[in-house]
Amino acid sequence: MSTETTIVENFHYLWLIPLFPLLGALLNGLAGRPLHRRFGEKIISAIGVSLPWASFVVAAISFFKLQSLPAGAQLSDHLWTWLSIGQMEVPFALSMDALSAMMALIVTFVGSLIHVYSIGYMHQDAGYSRFFAYLNLFLFAMLVLVLGNNLLLMFVGWEGVGLCSYLLIGFWYEDLNNARAGMKAFVVNRIGDFGFLVGLFVLFWGVGGAWSDAGYSLGASYTLDFEKLRQVVAGTVEKTIWGFPVPAVAAICFFIGATGKSAQIPLYVWLPDAMAGPTPVSALIHAATMVTAGVYMVARLNFLYLLSPTAMTVVALVGAATALFAATIGCFQYDIKKVLAYSTVSQLGYMFIGVGVGAFWAGAYHVLTHAFFKACLFLAAGSVILAMHHQQDMRKMGGLGRVMPITRWTYWISCVAIAGFPIASGFFSKDEILWRAFDADGLLVPGWLIWLLGFTAAGLTAFYMFRSYFLVFTGPTAKLEHGHGDDGHEEHAQHEPEEQRPVITGVLVLLAAGAVILAFVGLPQLWMGVPPALEHFLEPVFSGAENLPRAGHGHGAEWGLMLSSLAIASLGLGMAWWLYRERKNSLPEKLKERFPNIHRVVYNKYYVDEFYQATAVRGFMFLSRACRWLDEHVVDGLVNGAGAITRALAYLDGLIDQYVVDGLVNLIADATRRAGDKLRRIQTGQLPAYLSGLALGGLVLVVLVRIFLNWNE
Amino acid sequence: MEQSTLLTWITFTPSIGLGVIGLSLLLRPWLKPSRSFLDHFSRTVALVCSGVSLALTAVVWLNFDPANTEVQFVHHLVWIRAFNIEYFMGVDGLSITLVMLTALISFIAALASLPWGIPRDDDHHFSRRAVPGYMAMLLLLETGMFGVFCALDFFLFYVFWEVMLLPMYFLIGIWGGPRREYAAIKFFLYTLAGSVLMLLAMIALYFSSNPTTLVDGTYAAHTFNLIKLAQENDFTSMGTLLGMGFTKVLWVGLFIAFAIKIPMFPFHTWLPDAHVEAPTPISVILAGILLKMGVYGILRINYPILPDASVWARPAVATFGMINIVYAAFVCMAQKDLKKLIAYSSVSHMGFCLLGMAAFTPQGISGAVYQMWTHGIVSPALFLIAGVIYDRAHHREIEKFGGLAKQMPEYSAVVGLAFMASLGLPGLIGFISEALCFLGAFPVFTGLTVISALGVIITAAYYLWTIQRMFLGPLNENYKNLSDMNWRERLTLYPLAALIVFLGFYPMPILDLMNTTIHRLIEPLARMAGN
Amino acid sequence: MTPVGLVHFIVLGSLLFVLGMLCVLTRRNAVSILIGVELILNAAALNFVAFAHFNGRSLDGTMMALFIIVLAAAEAAVALALILSLQRRTRLVDVSKTGSLKG
Repeated sequence: MSTETTIVENFHYLWLIPLFPLLGALLNGLAGRPLHRRFGEKIISAIGVSLPWASFVVAAISFFKLQSLPAGAQLSDHLWTWLSIGQMEVPFALSMDALSAMMALIVTFVGSLIHVYSIGYMHQDAGYSRFFAYLNLFLFAMLVLVLGNNLLLMFVGWEGVGLCSYLLIGFWYEDLNNARAGMKAFVVNRIGDFGFLVGLFVLFWGVGGAWSDAGYSLGASYTLDFEKLRQVVAGTVEKTIWGFPVPAVAAICFFIGATGKSAQIPLYVWLPDAMAGPTPVSALIHAATMVTAGVYMVARLNFLYLLSPTAMTVVALVGAATALFAATIGCFQYDIKKVLAYSTVSQLGYMFIGVGVGAFWAGAYHVLTHAFFKACLFLAAGSVILAMHHQQDMRKMGGLGRVMPITRWTYWISCVAIAGFPIASGFFSKDEILWRAFDADGLLVPGWLIWLLGFTAAGLTAFYMFRSYFLVFTGPTAKLEHGHGDDGHEEHAQHEPEEQRPVITGVLVLLAAGAVILAFVGLPQLWMGVPPALEHFLEPVFSGAENLPRAGHGHGAEWGLMLSSLAIASLGLGMAWWLYRERKNSLPEKLKERFPNIHRVVYNKYYVDEFYQATAVRGFMFLSRACRWLDEHVVDGLVNGAGAITRALAYLDGLIDQYVVDGLVNLIADATRRAGDKLRRIQTGQLPAYLSGLALGGLVLVVLVRIFLNWNE
Repeated sequence: MEQSTLLTWITFTPSIGLGVIGLSLLLRPWLKPSRSFLDHFSRTVALVCSGVSLALTAVVWLNFDPANTEVQFVHHLVWIRAFNIEYFMGVDGLSITLVMLTALISFIAALASLPWGIPRDDDHHFSRRAVPGYMAMLLLLETGMFGVFCALDFFLFYVFWEVMLLPMYFLIGIWGGPRREYAAIKFFLYTLAGSVLMLLAMIALYFSSNPTTLVDGTYAAHTFNLIKLAQENDFTSMGTLLGMGFTKVLWVGLFIAFAIKIPMFPFHTWLPDAHVEAPTPISVILAGILLKMGVYGILRINYPILPDASVWARPAVATFGMINIVYAAFVCMAQKDLKKLIAYSSVSHMGFCLLGMAAFTPQGISGAVYQMWTHGIVSPALFLIAGVIYDRAHHREIEKFGGLAKQMPEYSAVVGLAFMASLGLPGLIGFISEALCFLGAFPVFTGLTVISALGVIITAAYYLWTIQRMFLGPLNENYKNLSDMNWRERLTLYPLAALIVFLGFYPMPILDLMNTTIHRLIEPLARMAGN
Repeated sequence: MTPVGLVHFIVLGSLLFVLGMLCVLTRRNAVSILIGVELILNAAALNFVAFAHFNGRSLDGTMMALFIIVLAAAEAAVALALILSLQRRTRLVDVSKTGSLKG
């Protein structure tokens, strides 16, 4: 692991990159509605679209500046000190190295294109300004995420994109299903965030000296900066927490965060539901950018993951399992957006395979290619949905290729890319990942197992993607049904779907072009003799990965794998062509009737959502009701009981006071009176009686004197 | 050191206002003012006095030296010589932020007590009923609150602590909701029970303290001076009391008194009732300021004066913090009344203070003290929000609302902001304090911190679910005519919203004030605990 | 015949006393009661004189007898005045009919 300090150059324009979208968000958010009323949609679009493009321009300038510096340099922009507590100092600072430059360019470029697309898609929507405000806010948060130079700032962006995702999924909130989908996304993400936070804590204190024999001291070096962490993280290898090594625990906790944000098993369930949001949202957030944040995070923390083969195995295995699992579900879906959603989950799995086996640059490359072809797929699907008046069920579509040529061909190119044919970039990124998986030797499971899972998923990917293509664009032309004019879009008068405006189709063309052109940055060494341009570009960031153990398979194996990838992709395409082309084949229907149970289980996503609902959600609600009951009846019951006891005691005391104490007083008075009553009888008023008394008394006195005073001696 | 009367002016200006209002009521038979004149007059007096205190507090803030760990702005006189009681007021890093918070929130509460926006014929609304009495109680409460934070003599502290109780009782009991008498008496007796324990402990400390001198040089056999009790006295040699160590018994007694105020499980049940029944501005003050006094008391009295017992008790404190966070969050999920939900969320958030405080790390204690400030800004915002909808719909049942975002977009935006701040969204004020508390407590109480961190999931769930039930979905027909926020509500909510966003990105102004002092406070404890 | 000793006088005195007592306790007429009182007084005087004579011939006893006579006279005067007043009110001097001071 290299520990030499990298060259850091101050570049005080970095802050403009996230600032421009933030300005757009504030303007459109606070003043959007009055502006819309007075000036119409154009001003909103002007603000909402030009600012992301400005951000892209600055990002591009920064990229070229970075290129002009020696390899491994970073641009840095320290804005202010965010937190300074004791030895810990967390700045609000941005930094750009090769990896974040690539991410920033993806985010701003694809983001700006999608903003342009939204002008067409959200035309005449009642919440037009609100949409652009949220979308700009999302760009801001995503850019903070990729440009932040420390974990805490990255977390700001991390949660910020989660917030924007929530706002945008539930954008058409009057339908409660959309709102529920948004909430599901946020809460499931939060579970991941819990993992992220715990990982952050473990890492922070582990670096500072905790959980070692010496115990932690307040004077150690505490940092959350990526650069500084990279240098000191090796010191945590010896330490254990709860019996497990610190790097493994931290890395796995961070990965839990990644499963939430990047929709891997077990926290992927929010992504399909997130399709309730407008299609540009699905394209930008749930395909190109936000969901790749988890991959970015693992790549950024590569120095941590490289310390723990366990963690890397977990990452690779989960990624591979998710890739296959999601691909199976995608084969059976009818909603075009759901197909693409599960496809995203699956492709994200590939990215995690890439970073899990140590091919960090390959995972990043797949992020890049996926951003283009997946965005293109989603936006093309959006174009189709618009043309079909918000109909998303592929069974009701067909033959659109004839009336929507641009959409059709851009969709086709993207399918080729995702399936993995050498004419588009997807083949090169996916292939590199699978090759490196096969060749990996340092994991706890054999590399070929990961490869096998990914390989199978690749075949399925080709199959279901082309299934969707054939269902939508070939076969008899679909008829539009009237009455689908919801969300404020005006009714179109025609009865046949037609191609969309240039605002929409232009973007599709650009994205599809990108999906092809980007192949050139990743052409493998096998073909070109030199390492791919992107690998070379990203090399300094992943400098620790050079020494990963490799099984050392030779070029023959690599060619073999490449050819087999091509073969399985062709097989998938062939199956799809045979079963779904022109809808001539009735075999799919017959198979569904032969195996209804299998179909039902897979179509219903293996009932995972229902399982979560029955266990976690119900358990949760039960626990909260139980706590409430406990609080109202037991805890408060004790308080009120104390009050009741006090009142009872007080009442008793009152009784005692009234009857015993006061009674005593009254008793004395009473006794006195009765004694007096009895003694009164002596006063008879009769003189002889008094005289008798006198005589008797005198006698008694004499006797007493005689007895007691002994006067007779 | 030189004396400054600034704190005395800050504390007693509201009392002057109280006197003026009282005078105006006394002179009624001769001057014969109309009822509306009296109402306007008392409101003006209250606003002016709160405003003056706020302005003077700003002066204190600007002239405060954060690097100096001694108390500043001291006003130190001998008060009751026979018992060595002094009038000792001063602020240091720990109390300056709380004094600032008190000034700000009291002013906002006074603003929120105005009847702007309430229909004129609504005579039963608390802002139109018995207004001079209300304003008088509010001013008295303000004096008590300032006094608690500035007082550095234990007896004086106790006096101000008790001064706070009575106005709260009346404010809840007269101007509150349907079950106000029950809530008021519950609050009063519960807090008073704790105060009794504090009184006993105070007396015990007094009689065990070493001789010292008063401010004018006279000899004092014992002292109530909090600074001196901490620095010049070591109570560990006092032997046992009631079978346990002397310091431990005292610590527990004081802790229970403060724990009732925090409120800490299981002494928290007075809070939901008090909050639900209290009028909105009083809930604002209760949540924003009064709850902080418990934590402040522990930091000011328990930790410096009884350090060995503090170290002994820290696992329990952390455990209770964790219970607060998680248990109260679960209870929130099951609530149907919006204000009760916010009340329980207050209980949950104060748990962070306990967790951070128990760790004795710089991050933990900074997190705990900053959480006081954070919660003191976010909670009033939440209660003001509840007040907005209650004023319009006259109920707070979450399930009965729906789709309000369409009808009241500005309000919904503010609610969203406040809820996000409360659940700790990074970039807003709530995140930093929560993250610091967790970060600080993690190495010392790893398991408890992990369980508490699960609380963030539950918090997100209940807040979002509330938003969904109240604001999203189709608009409930009954609420088609609800008006959006009026100027009074804007004036009270927007400053808080601005602080929520600003201090989320740039918290150093507040953190700087407190850091030096509280780190010095924690250091001996950390050493003793073997951190 | 034995000489007359103290004993005889004491016996006489006691006899007189008892007779007087009887008179006081049993008569209804107020004047009769007064006579009885006189008898008692005289018995006491006799006792005094006898003791004086037989215990050294001192004059103390004789002095006491003189006192008693004076006292008897005074007291008789007062008593008779009371009886007169009683007779004026009730026209009788019957003490069994004077119960108006019954308590």
